[in-house]
Amino acid sequence: MNETGTAAGTPPVAVEIRGASKIFNTGRHNEVKALEDIELHIDRGDFVTLIGPSGCGKSTLLRLIAALVDANEGTVLVNGKTADRARLDRDYSMVFQRAGLFDWRNVSRNIELPLELMGWKAADRRRRAAEMLELVKLTEFARHHPAELSGGMQQRIAIARAMSFHPQLLLMDEPFGALDEMTREHMQNELLRIWSETQITVVFVTHSIPEAVFLSTRVAVMSPRPGRIAAIIDNDLGPRNEATRDDPAFFANVTAVRDALRGGHSP
Amino acid sequence: MSDPAAQNPAAQNPAAQDPAADDPIVFEQLLRLQAAREQRRDRMRRTGRQVVVLAAFICLLGLAYSAYKVVGTAIDDAQSGWPVIGSILPESDDLKMPPVLDIVSGVFEEPRGTGEPFWSIVGKEAAFTLREAAVGFAIGVLVGLSIAIALTTSRHLERALVPYVIASQTIPLIAIAPIIVIWGRKSFDFLPFEWQDWMSVSIIATYLTFFPVTINGLRGLQSPRSENLELMDSYAARWGQTLWRLRLPASLPYLFAAFKIAATASVVGAIVGEISAGVKGGLGRRVLLEAQRYTTGPERLYVAVLGAAALGIFVFAVISSIEYTLIGRKGRETVT
Repeated sequence: MNETGTAAGTPPVAVEIRGASKIFNTGRHNEVKALEDIELHIDRGDFVTLIGPSGCGKSTLLRLIAALVDANEGTVLVNGKTADRARLDRDYSMVFQRAGLFDWRNVSRNIELPLELMGWKAADRRRRAAEMLELVKLTEFARHHPAELSGGMQQRIAIARAMSFHPQLLLMDEPFGALDEMTREHMQNELLRIWSETQITVVFVTHSIPEAVFLSTRVAVMSPRPGRIAAIIDNDLGPRNEATRDDPAFFANVTAVRDALRGGHSP
Repeated sequence: MSDPAAQNPAAQNPAAQDPAADDPIVFEQLLRLQAAREQRRDRMRRTGRQVVVLAAFICLLGLAYSAYKVVGTAIDDAQSGWPVIGSILPESDDLKMPPVLDIVSGVFEEPRGTGEPFWSIVGKEAAFTLREAAVGFAIGVLVGLSIAIALTTSRHLERALVPYVIASQTIPLIAIAPIIVIWGRKSFDFLPFEWQDWMSVSIIATYLTFFPVTINGLRGLQSPRSENLELMDSYAARWGQTLWRLRLPASLPYLFAAFKIAATASVVGAIVGEISAGVKGGLGRRVLLEAQRYTTGPERLYVAVLGAAALGIFVFAVISSIEYTLIGRKGRETVT
């Protein structure tokens, strides 16, 4: 129950969205159609980015998968179950733009938070938190408080917290959006390392084209009002490293995503 | 904590000493830790400074009081035929304003027929009032927090009930105090103890106490960012888990601000309650008594009032130190 790791019997599709629509403030004067007719399949082990201009509904789509928002139409399946069932089963974990660490808890206790909610024993929690700190390479900061950490470190702790119970799916909502460029690239490398070490499925929201292309196996390009998926671009650059950022194939895919984004704006 | 590089961030390259500092973020981090530690030391100094400032303030107040007496008396003497200033400013003779030294000696004198120094009498009465205030405070915090938690569950409930919570405080305390005491004198058979008048005074103190706790508690419970609440939802946390692990800890700074107001208000409530309910044994009664026999010992009224002020400061300090131990030293408000 506690160890949710990738069981052999679980279906190969991590996320399946069919004909999903989301309308906010239905029937009121400020009614907004945030998402329309979304179709999206994400295989296990994929790293999919959702990219698009502000207000294209990419964060809403992420919250639809997380069952923090309910679809008005269509179905959202996570690991073959309804999104809400998957939420209750703790199949996924979420990382937000702000690290959102609890400043009254030290780093280790922050990482233990989801484990506490699941009723883990203290000793098990502590051991897992130590493993997670090793994963994000911040072991020596276990006893520090979040306010003592830089933004990049806080976000790494947030990732450690998200990974602590070995979820199968990681949902990230512009997690590096508030970081400076240098820290951001460093974090991207770290995330790819964690992704390759853990085989986790990632859905990653961003509005940075290079970030999307550098990180993901597939890029879902979205267009606004109402939010739709305009194109899905396969982004097979193989294993990434610093050289990837200067690779012609990388630039070709950046261009492809940019074109797709423009297409979404002016048909 | 004893990270050598953190102690001396100017050492040319902490990265060379710290294995984790091949990472540019960690280098920056070492500087931040240093700043956080310095800020904590500052906090300790600030507490010491506050004590000194309070003592200095009391001395200054006594000095200003004495200076006013000197100047006022001189003006009175010089302008006996022209009483303009005397009629505008309070008179400063020794009956209206007993000299500071009289007040100080009044603290130690034994009032006739008591055989006990006055400070001891006032001290016991302050303890009596403190009990009323403390019970009132405790009930007020429980009631106030319960209301705040209940209001957190629904926006509609909040909008419907908050106006009444506010309206409750527009009723003058002096008006309801006798009513509460009269209710208290009915026998409550279901209680395992006999109802006493001081308990009614505690209820009066509760009436002043719960309000700031409810209002600030509500703000505090609603203070977590929507992302933090979404985080708890994403972990499928139950309502009670979110309350206990997120909303309540997040509301502590707000609650302690309220507790400080509520603690001093509970002392005010207890004293006013004693006076308007005629309860014997506390500071309220003492103030009333010394006002009645003012001419035979004006300094005693001053001592009683100072005792009440000291009690207020005491409860404030108690709450402040609890706040400090609970949330003061965790490096919040340091660097982000």
